[in-house]
Amino acid sequence: MTEAGLTMLNRTADNVARATPEPLAKRIRGISDKGLAWLFISPTILLLLAINIFPLFWAIYLSFTNYRANRPNEAVKNLGLANYRRILGDQDIWIAMQTTAHFVFWTILLQTVIGFTLAWLIDRKFRGHAFWTTIILVPMMLSPAVVGNFWRFLYEPQIGLFAYAVSFLTGIPPTNVQMLSNVELAPWAIIIVDTWMWTPYVMLICLAGLRSIPEYIYEAAEVDRASNWRQFWSITLPMALPFIMLAVLFRGIENFKMFDMVNLLTGGGPGSTTEVASITLKRQAFESWRTGYSSAFAIILFVAVFGLANIYVKALNKVKQR
Amino acid sequence: MSLTTAHSVVAPSSNAKRIAGALVVGYALISIVPLLWIFATSFKTPPDSIAYPPKIVFQPSIEGYCNLFTTRTRQTPEYINALGPATGFCDETVRKRNMVIAGPSNFLPRFVNSLIIAFGSTFCAVFLGTLSAYGFSRFKVPLADDLLFFILSTRFMPPIAVAIPIYLMYREIGLSDTALGMILLYTAVNVSLAVWLLKGFIDEIPREYEEAAMIDGYTRLQAFWRTVLPQATTGIAATAIFCLIFAWNEYAFAALLTSGTAQTAPPFIPTIIGEGGQDWPAVAAGTTIFLVPILVFTILLRKQLLRGITFGAVRK
Repeated sequence: MTEAGLTMLNRTADNVARATPEPLAKRIRGISDKGLAWLFISPTILLLLAINIFPLFWAIYLSFTNYRANRPNEAVKNLGLANYRRILGDQDIWIAMQTTAHFVFWTILLQTVIGFTLAWLIDRKFRGHAFWTTIILVPMMLSPAVVGNFWRFLYEPQIGLFAYAVSFLTGIPPTNVQMLSNVELAPWAIIIVDTWMWTPYVMLICLAGLRSIPEYIYEAAEVDRASNWRQFWSITLPMALPFIMLAVLFRGIENFKMFDMVNLLTGGGPGSTTEVASITLKRQAFESWRTGYSSAFAIILFVAVFGLANIYVKALNKVKQR
Repeated sequence: MSLTTAHSVVAPSSNAKRIAGALVVGYALISIVPLLWIFATSFKTPPDSIAYPPKIVFQPSIEGYCNLFTTRTRQTPEYINALGPATGFCDETVRKRNMVIAGPSNFLPRFVNSLIIAFGSTFCAVFLGTLSAYGFSRFKVPLADDLLFFILSTRFMPPIAVAIPIYLMYREIGLSDTALGMILLYTAVNVSLAVWLLKGFIDEIPREYEEAAMIDGYTRLQAFWRTVLPQATTGIAATAIFCLIFAWNEYAFAALLTSGTAQTAPPFIPTIIGEGGQDWPAVAAGTTIFLVPILVFTILLRKQLLRGITFGAVRK
């Protein structure tokens, strides 16, 4: 090999060496990747430990005691499982749980049926559908408390718009449309507001589900001369089902915790007909100041939501895999 | 020939479209009525607001807004005449009803509290959320899935249930009824959403950007700052707005943990009382002012909405 040839080869080798990066790790100055990962994640974890987990363990501890937050100087007695036993034997707690279940059932049923129907109609992409979809979405973005409070005004039998509309449509005198003080109607007053507010939420998720169904499946069905009805039951509904179930999961968890709307519309009344679990919890904890007892109830509720959500997610995953 | 080119067989007929449109528009119009009614009521006089049948046509008045921002006392006409000319627009308006303005109301401080707490907690949640999301997205974190589920599960707890121990904890360390306490609490509640949403956004930014930057001699931190952050701005903005909406609308914690100095608008607005019951025009005025920012955000956010409400579980 000639001299020139050798130099050229050397130069090429040099170039190759220069172009090939050294292992990345060597080039990183300062903190290692692992250190950086912890530096980035730990503040969030620490905050959650301080504001979520520490209070949770405190609540677990309190649930075994007779502590009362309004008497901080009183000696705290350990009661063992007595609080839990009393809750499970307490008639009022079971009624509150039934009321909660009643609300969760009806709100989810109405929101799912109306929400899915709306999504299915909007999916037809009629003229101006984007504008009207945005209008429909507005209620869910607002504060449930602030809007719920105003619904109290709409429900007023003598002066409210709701009573007027009902009496206009049905001929019942407006003074008889006692939505909030009638034992039979009060739960429905809350269900109506919750449905008004959260149907758009279900609609939005269902819409995403419908949009995710590929067009060619319908084309194939059309070629096979499947009726519209058949297409709906065999394609649309099953393909959108995981999305519907996701919406039901989110609404279920939220409505199990329902507080603001009930507190402002009826405060649990009349009597205790609309007293959902959160309202009972608030009464026990912040009105009767039975801190230990209410902590035990809170833990039971948490375990219930967590357990039900987990079972449900398993079912959801099964549907997804199908 | 493709089925979709000339004439799509699956496209709904124009008649079906029209019926669907009419139904949806009908629902939208009914569902917007309560909001329009709030807006209309805020411009009514108190007698007009409780007239029956409800007044659709009325003489607009700013009395509701005057009553929202001021406290009034009823006085005799002689007393009011002795006061001399009215000192302002509001003064003049309330004098028509034999009232004089005694001073400012609590609405403005409560509204300012809402602003401070909502924006403060949003900033903190997005800041922490961005760092954590980047950490989870780009590094091998041990037990990453468990940690992410743990972060999400903090949302399962009913607010009232957490409120008891937080109330006790805040009382011990002097954070009860302070803006700082509420900011910390809302940050903790929002950070789970922020981490989940932002992780989705950051996962979509190709790693090659940072690798290229690091080959150019940037450190990991510089690469994050110069390549990932600018790419993630849309995602960060959308996340921020969702956190803001939550903190802005939150009621349960605010009602139980604040009573005076740090109280936000949602628990305050329902307590606005006029003479002999709730002063509905003032409540409507407060509600309207409180809702406007969120209405604006809703319209800006239409496209990101789905991700935000499903924790990014549904991508669009």
